[in-house]
Amino acid sequence: MTPTESSSNENNMEKKMQATTPSSLASVASNRQQRVPGTNLLGTGLETRGVHAWFGKKHVLSDVSLDFAAGTVTALIGPSGCGKSTYLRTLNRMHEFIPTAALAGEVLLDGQDIYAPGTDVTKIRLKVGMVFQKPNPFPSMTIGENVLSGLKLAQLKKSNTDELLESCLVRAGLWSEVKDRLGEHGGALSGGQQQRLCIARSLAVEPQVLLMDEPCSALDPGSTFRIEETISELAKSMTIVIVTHNMQQAARVSDYTAFFLSDGGPGVMVETAPTSKIFSSPTDKRTEDYVTGRFG
Amino acid sequence: MMQSTIPTPQTPWATSIQQRLNTAGLILLGAVLAGVAVKTTGLSGKLGFAVSFFVIASLLIFIQQLRLRDLAAAKDSLLSSFASLAIILTLIPIISIVATVVVKGYKGIHFGMFTNDMTMASVNDPVTAGGLLHALVGTIMMVGVALLISFPIGLLTALYLTEIRGNLARPIKFLVQAMSGVPSIVAGLFILSILIIPVTQELTGLMGSLALSILMIPTIARTAEEMLRLIPNELREAGVALGATQWRTVSGVVVPAARSGLVTAVILGIARIIGETAPLLLVSGGADALNFNPASGPMGSLPYYIWKAFLTGGTEEAYSRAWGGMLILLIFIVLLFSLARYLSGRKVA
Amino acid sequence: MTLLENQSAAIPAPREITTKPRRSDQIFRAVVTLGGMSSLVILGLIALFLSIKGFNVLRVEQFSFITESKWEVITDAEGRFSESTFGLAAMLVGTFLSAIIAVIVGVPIAVLSALYLTFYAKGAVKKLLISLIDLLAAFPSLLFGFWGFIVLMDSAEYWAKLLNKYLGFIPIFDVPAPVFTRSPFIAGMVLAIMIIPIVTAISREIFDQTPLDRIQAAYALGASKLAMIRAVVIPYGRGGVVGGAMLGLGRAMGETVAVYTVLNVVYQINWQVLFGAGGNVASLILLKFGEAGPEEIDALMAAGLVLFLLTLVVNAISDVLINTFGKKGR
Repeated sequence: MTPTESSSNENNMEKKMQATTPSSLASVASNRQQRVPGTNLLGTGLETRGVHAWFGKKHVLSDVSLDFAAGTVTALIGPSGCGKSTYLRTLNRMHEFIPTAALAGEVLLDGQDIYAPGTDVTKIRLKVGMVFQKPNPFPSMTIGENVLSGLKLAQLKKSNTDELLESCLVRAGLWSEVKDRLGEHGGALSGGQQQRLCIARSLAVEPQVLLMDEPCSALDPGSTFRIEETISELAKSMTIVIVTHNMQQAARVSDYTAFFLSDGGPGVMVETAPTSKIFSSPTDKRTEDYVTGRFG
Repeated sequence: MMQSTIPTPQTPWATSIQQRLNTAGLILLGAVLAGVAVKTTGLSGKLGFAVSFFVIASLLIFIQQLRLRDLAAAKDSLLSSFASLAIILTLIPIISIVATVVVKGYKGIHFGMFTNDMTMASVNDPVTAGGLLHALVGTIMMVGVALLISFPIGLLTALYLTEIRGNLARPIKFLVQAMSGVPSIVAGLFILSILIIPVTQELTGLMGSLALSILMIPTIARTAEEMLRLIPNELREAGVALGATQWRTVSGVVVPAARSGLVTAVILGIARIIGETAPLLLVSGGADALNFNPASGPMGSLPYYIWKAFLTGGTEEAYSRAWGGMLILLIFIVLLFSLARYLSGRKVA
Repeated sequence: MTLLENQSAAIPAPREITTKPRRSDQIFRAVVTLGGMSSLVILGLIALFLSIKGFNVLRVEQFSFITESKWEVITDAEGRFSESTFGLAAMLVGTFLSAIIAVIVGVPIAVLSALYLTFYAKGAVKKLLISLIDLLAAFPSLLFGFWGFIVLMDSAEYWAKLLNKYLGFIPIFDVPAPVFTRSPFIAGMVLAIMIIPIVTAISREIFDQTPLDRIQAAYALGASKLAMIRAVVIPYGRGGVVGGAMLGLGRAMGETVAVYTVLNVVYQINWQVLFGAGGNVASLILLKFGEAGPEEIDALMAAGLVLFLLTLVVNAISDVLINTFGKKGR
């Protein structure tokens, strides 16, 4: 990148970060390049029908039906505690790790219910990957080993791992920074670099869907910006669902946005729409109150 | 808003009945095949059956997983099989030991046991002769005296580590842990060398208590330290903010708050030493007669009583006597252990 | 003020805050510190007195105390002491062998049990299993010794004979004579059962503390339980588990009454674990102490010193490992 290019990127970044009113959020959303799904698109997307979730007797998520078309980025927004993360975890069967968890409804990947009896859950998780809020690279492995760890864990045999390693790191926007130190330990990187490493790691198993649970909330604005660029690139070949507290981020990266809310009872999905519409003319009053900052 | 019925919560990821039946079926098949293997090959006995049962059943499950899923899942099933085997191997001795003590000890118990000592009987006499009163009294006295010595020292050590936290805290913590590794016979040897041989020339209950204290102090100190650490700092700060000295804060606020934890520490300390034999064999004399004075004359104890019956006898009666004593000892230990568990369970927030 | 003047106003040095504690607190601190030093005092005294008592013997025997395996006191016609030879080698080898067998057999079972308890057991069953195993840790060693003698010996003898039959070509499994009872192997088996609950408890605590976010990362990548354990739990817990194993080793080395009944005391170095000979240092002390004259008592003190130092070193290494890798985590 030439100096002028990088400074104009900085300017863009500042401009995007400054948008705060719903109309300016809407204009940010519509200014983004229209996303054309790539030709090497993986899978046909994800559909959920009537998903409910419980922890023990507590009903925490109620009747969420949402479709994620292939090649799109969908943001899940809403105040804390309304079930967004819980919903996200039902999509890759991580919800069931909590001992008292239960659910109802269907989650269809390529038309097949991932909770159907006899489904191989490890295969599901290979197709639906996840990036967590706090970066969690494996400290006992080097950077290179971290990226390829998914292959080792799932015992997948690949022939040209060096190529795969490079392409994952390139797609995650980390290659130039680590290409000379692949043998160093995963914990030696900065927070933003660690998160990009985790993104590269989840790319190595070639998922159709990538779930991101507030991936930038623990990072500085510079790393956030770079990861958002990565998301835009990745969406060309897979479906992305991102939970975020940051409405500006939702406006910047997503094609569709779903608004979740809980009034003390189970969380519900209030409204879903193309991102520019949800910020400019939301249908439900609760959505409008949230995006204009009256609460949340 | 339309009133919609809430569906019932489900757990589709849980192992289904069908899967459980499948696994049970494979295990059963493994047992049958193992039986066949034992009959037809050179393998013999319970060991032969057990080994072939485990190998065949694990193999069957491995193959099933390989066909249903993939190699990674099949290898995963191997870990599951070995971990299950390990827990069974850990449980078998527990069950065997408890069963042995109960079955064999039961024969050694009789009503007169708690009112007689062994002055008029020998270990080879029928079990109904003599009793373990002297042993019971001896154990209670020696443990009691040991407690009187060990509790203050253990508590003070714990207080140093949690309240004062001086420069010596790390070495002292290390030393307390080192002390808990001292072999019990060395504790007895130490008392022998420092007190009995040069000074008193007498084997008494007090010597036994001293040797037991060496083993009891680290247990009490470590448990008390853990319990004191559980007391939130806010409590200490509240005391100090009211103008209390550290002494008053600790004695009036912290220690009372940790009361049940300290009782747990005491119980665990008692459980630790009540069955200790080696040091008592060296320093306490193992008398057959009732002796209420720890400072003079040899004193019997439960472990010594059991030891004597087991090793100096040789007849079935002697063995029964020993197992009877062991049953009594084990009952004490189980009671103490359950009490400690109950107390610390109540404390957990 | 100009900018320069502002900059030259230096940041003040921190004030020294001193407190003179009240009289009662001074006494309190002194008493507690004294009590806290008790462990230092007691351990120091143990080392000191065993050394003093054992010094005479060590001075005479010197290194051969550890390398020779004869142990005898010769008295003249009136029963007075005339000469003696004291060598611990056979006992040291026996201590070492039975403890190593205990670790080789017991630690894998304990670690796998801990994995089972942490990652497979659930609910009430898990609580029950943990209570049972902790109860086993509370049993007196006397019980293990007697149970080992009465119940386990027959089975262990049978296993020893099997091992000898099929693996007898390996020197340590060969026997000079078919005496299979009261051998280091059987002692090792009893000790293994003794140390399993301790090592299981420590390993379980360590596995419990494996950071959840790494476990979730592994599962999210499609790992099976085995793959997750290998990638996350083992690297995290390795050091602490080794520390726990060393704790078990220390325990096994110092045991007396658990092995007294299942291990013969024979004054000859015996590396053949299935053969009924050997002995360990603690058993020797127990055996000899009853009839020992003053010279022999000194030798037993020296033996106790050796045992004390050995277990001290092993336990020290174990503590360092557990505290560095275990409780505090990484």
